[in-house]
Amino acid sequence: MSHSDTQHDVHPLSAKSYVVGFSLSLLLTIAAFGAVMSGALTGVTEIVAVVLCAVLQIYVQLHYFLHLDGSSEQRWNVMSFAYTVVIIALIVVGSLWITYNMHKLMMPGA
Amino acid sequence: MTTSALFGRLTLDAIPYQNPIIMTTVGTVTVLGVLLVAWLTYQRRWAYLWNEWFTSVDHKRIGIMYIIFSVIMMLRGFADAIMMRTHQALAQGLGQGYLPPEHYDQIFSAHGTIMIIFVAMPFFIGLMNYVVPLQIGARDVAYPFLNSVSFWLTVASGLMVMVSLAVGDFSQAGWSGYPPYSELKFSPSTGVDYWMWSLQLGGIGTLVTGINFFVTILRMRAPGMSLMKMPIFTWTIFVTTVLIMFSFPVLTVTLALLAMDRYLDMHFFTNELGGNQMMFANLFWIWGHPEVYIVVLPAFGIFSEVVSTFSHKRLFGYASMVYATIAIAILSFVVWLHHFFTMGSGANVNAFFGIATMVIAVPTGVKVFNWLFTMYRGRIEFTTAMMWSIGFIITFAVGGMTGVLLAVPGADYMLHNSEFLVAHFHNMLIPGALFGYFAGYNYWFPKMFGFRLDEKWGKRSFWSWIVGFYLAFMPLYALGFMGMPRRMSHYDNPYWQPYLIIALLGTFLVAFGIFSQIMQLAVSIRQRHALRDTTGDVWGSHSLEWSIPSPPAFYNFAKTPVVEDLYAFTYMKENGINPRASAPFAPIHMPRNSSIGVFIGLFTFTLGFGLVWHVWWLVVGSLFAIMSLLVMRSSDDNVDYELSPQQVALYEAQAYQSVSQPVDQRTQDLATQG
Repeated sequence: MSHSDTQHDVHPLSAKSYVVGFSLSLLLTIAAFGAVMSGALTGVTEIVAVVLCAVLQIYVQLHYFLHLDGSSEQRWNVMSFAYTVVIIALIVVGSLWITYNMHKLMMPGA
Repeated sequence: MTTSALFGRLTLDAIPYQNPIIMTTVGTVTVLGVLLVAWLTYQRRWAYLWNEWFTSVDHKRIGIMYIIFSVIMMLRGFADAIMMRTHQALAQGLGQGYLPPEHYDQIFSAHGTIMIIFVAMPFFIGLMNYVVPLQIGARDVAYPFLNSVSFWLTVASGLMVMVSLAVGDFSQAGWSGYPPYSELKFSPSTGVDYWMWSLQLGGIGTLVTGINFFVTILRMRAPGMSLMKMPIFTWTIFVTTVLIMFSFPVLTVTLALLAMDRYLDMHFFTNELGGNQMMFANLFWIWGHPEVYIVVLPAFGIFSEVVSTFSHKRLFGYASMVYATIAIAILSFVVWLHHFFTMGSGANVNAFFGIATMVIAVPTGVKVFNWLFTMYRGRIEFTTAMMWSIGFIITFAVGGMTGVLLAVPGADYMLHNSEFLVAHFHNMLIPGALFGYFAGYNYWFPKMFGFRLDEKWGKRSFWSWIVGFYLAFMPLYALGFMGMPRRMSHYDNPYWQPYLIIALLGTFLVAFGIFSQIMQLAVSIRQRHALRDTTGDVWGSHSLEWSIPSPPAFYNFAKTPVVEDLYAFTYMKENGINPRASAPFAPIHMPRNSSIGVFIGLFTFTLGFGLVWHVWWLVVGSLFAIMSLLVMRSSDDNVDYELSPQQVALYEAQAYQSVSQPVDQRTQDLATQG
């Protein structure tokens, strides 16, 4: 990456990507609700289906709304996003693990 | 506690009249302050200070002011250290020392807070302010005005710690301020509030600086300088800014929660009503551990520059150095629990964090070997900066080993909260951070002021510091093994006393080291003509900051340099490229100085002071003033100006007056051989 002021991460703003993203998000939301409300799925399959819909929707929103992709202009955004996810995961999961563990050991029966 | 509308909880009783030590200090500082103001007024220097320094948005000026601030705070922090050591050497058995326990507790709390937040942080931020834009061939930082705001926020919060000496008290809860002791129930005085708000407000300044330099390094590098062609110091600063951006918000939130406990009767960290004080330790160290690397990584960068310059070689294993630094950026976020192994988590949790802690020694070890191999078969020049670096490598290796020892949870159960721990972290931070900053100070001083520092006094300061350090801290390792807890204001074990007396002697030696540094500066200023840097490249270095005259013109580079190689300036020297820009010049776009940063700092201080003493009109007024200033600044269109090519030519001629030859023959020889 070299220094230049022209290197703004500006995508040509088109309504298309937002419409596609919005429709896909809507579809995935309806699918998740549908899976639960219709009673078609039960137990583990139900949970897996909902989680799958949620993860897919995260990807859809990152791709269509935030325009994160593999292109070179987006490399820094993707990298900082990945780093943020890693650090937040470490902090949150770590804290939960630590406090859960401590709670179990230090306050048995509580 | 009664609260008046006008003064909040502030009464005349807040001034500790009964304590002769504090009152003498306050008296002395007041007299010196009055003398300084009188002298400045007599010399008619106020306009100069205000126009050229206080309101400056020039990264070089701000950098120097940061360093001066850090040095002043270091004198305060060191005074605390010598008081603690003297007291502990006396307070055995029937000896009571000379400090009452509540005063002793304030001193160790203030010492820790000051040394980390107001000495280490501003010192490296000062160096990076000065050096990074020059190293990457930029004219200033990305947001020069915010840089000034950051600096004045730091000064405001440092001032709060200082004021706590004379008005009220400081925290007695240690620099980490663990609840429940730091809760209102157990610390009802304003001490914890001073600690909390100075960390909070200073932390905002640091966060802004982190963002500022991240953007600067990513967006403002000279053409041709790809990431892997950045000088290593810039790399370490880059990773440091990432750590700052990710860890300081955690501190902000943690302190905000504690503030809600203390001010709004909430129960995040209390004993009762579902509070969880262990969550404070958890959150504090999620910030606190990366913070250690925030102060250490810049020093690693400085050592890398210094070692390669004075070995007259290129840095060994540049790429591995970069990847080790990046690895630390991730790993430093997975080790925080080692600060509280004994809090009661299970074996799995402790084992995970213990191993992660040992793993982080690997990238650090990579760096140590890189420095050693850089020196290997180099023609080492034993300048003061190089001495600090070699002293660091040896001493830091000792500290690192005791760290790996403490990373074993079983051993930590024996040694936590003891003098062993105190010895360990001083053994990391004094060589790992402070020696690095001293090396950087000696290394870049000629660039800042145009003359070298005196070597004789520099070496005296180094030897006094390093011998003093070993004398002061090695006995503490032994004391830790003998079971002495940290932070004791009195003890009954006669076997501990000799060790503490030796430690005190070590502190006196360090005091002589500091005296030598002051002498070094004084002697160098007096002999500045003999020590003049007439080349701009006084040491024969590799990076761009040495390709311009010392001190540089305020716009740094008349023309943006083009970078061909990782060792940009060495490449120019070897290929006979004259770094001096020649006419015709293009106009240069520069930021205008602004006094708004100073006023934001001022109102931040009154905001903090109002919060500490519950003076609500002052709090509201200060917040309103800060917001108004920000709006004023945002609606000001007159924030920059343009230097015409004729002016640039004039300033260039002026800057190059001090340079007798563009590149010194000696350095050219060395560069071609290295």
